[in-house]
Amino acid sequence: MLYVDIEKRLDRYTLKAKFTCDKASLALFGASGAGKSMTLKCIAGIATPDRGVIQLNGTTLFDSEKHIDLPPQKRHVGYLFQDYALFPNMTVQGNIEAGMHRLPKRERRQKAQELIAQFHLDGLEKRRPETLSGGEKQRAALARIIASSPEVLLLDEPFASLDTLLKLELIPSVRAIIEHFGRETILVSHDIDEVRQLCETVVPIADGVTKESENTENYYRILKNRYQNLK
Amino acid sequence: MELFPLYNSLRIAAISAVIVFFLGIAAAYYIAKTPRVIKGILDVVFTLPLVLPPTVVGYLLLLVLGPKRAVGLYFLDTFDIRLTMQWWSAIFAVTVVVFPLMYRTARGAFERFDENLADAGRTLGLSNTYIFWRIRLPYCKQGIIAGVVLSFARALGEYGATSMIAGYTPGKTATISTAVYQLWRTGNDELALKWVLINIAISAVVLLCVNLLERPQRRRG
Repeated sequence: MLYVDIEKRLDRYTLKAKFTCDKASLALFGASGAGKSMTLKCIAGIATPDRGVIQLNGTTLFDSEKHIDLPPQKRHVGYLFQDYALFPNMTVQGNIEAGMHRLPKRERRQKAQELIAQFHLDGLEKRRPETLSGGEKQRAALARIIASSPEVLLLDEPFASLDTLLKLELIPSVRAIIEHFGRETILVSHDIDEVRQLCETVVPIADGVTKESENTENYYRILKNRYQNLK
Repeated sequence: MELFPLYNSLRIAAISAVIVFFLGIAAAYYIAKTPRVIKGILDVVFTLPLVLPPTVVGYLLLLVLGPKRAVGLYFLDTFDIRLTMQWWSAIFAVTVVVFPLMYRTARGAFERFDENLADAGRTLGLSNTYIFWRIRLPYCKQGIIAGVVLSFARALGEYGATSMIAGYTPGKTATISTAVYQLWRTGNDELALKWVLINIAISAVVLLCVNLLERPQRRRG
């Protein structure tokens, strides 16, 4: 279970994010610049909230009152960056193995091979990220994250840098990955169709403030009624 | 023709380039993490030797390392080592004069680094040391190598501070640049010209290397 209740002063507004995610996928849905990515960064420990608590499966990742602020390395959080952030100086296999550098070499090799097969990256092991297509980069980045055995997946606009057609093609495979992962997953998105296909629960966020979580389909109906012209 | 000045110049330049490689990278890396005001002050201090006349640098170094000055006297008393007028005294001078070149190229290279990569590394559990040596440095490799080669080239040509702190003793502290001056001053134009041509040749080759290094700026994906 992931529990988030944080506040952070930003330039344009104060981020106030509060939600719980329990063994399922949840979407943070809102316009660009609503504080979605910043919320993920706070969970991952890349950014520090001013106040609040973040707990993951009984471990406190952050607690401003108890002065707990675990470094990202100890949070076991898998973060998929918008541009995937693959290490350009390493091959696909090198990237995947980087997430398990503490394992013995043989074990690491073997696990990397398994992930390469599982994420349909066969034949691309020795390629550099710059030579990959958008979809291949995404799969390589996801394989690298799964290799590091995270307890929660954070997906930051995973389709933002892909064109619409490719996106439609990739959504089912990302859904399969989320289902296979089987633990808490937070998706950040500004696209309601994407959210409907990937998450049962949605937490709307506007100007840095999260609202009550909703069932995605109910929320979609509310949106649809509010904006009759929404298809 | 006595080739000592060539050998001496090359070893001074090489050692200084190695020292400046580590110092420049460390300075460029840590300055990014300091608060703004301190950053501004440090940046001026680190870059100053680039614009100061080398004779000013030499003077300041003698103020510290001279045999009657604080550090110089200490070394003379405790270790019986004179810090000036040795062949390696030039390393102090050259390191200070060349440091800004390495520091500024390294800083420029680090500024182009995509911080998301470091953040990604942290969330994957990679230590900051691993991220620095295996991700950040390789990413900035071209800029850093260019900085080292440029520093080496500049180090070969250092005259002002070197002549003040190491002087000119043929076969002991003479470098190409100090030899050219002494040969010209004593009317040995022919030999001076030979050294001038050698110097131009070496510097041209080094600069060619810099250009070759900077050309294939591959797009980072």
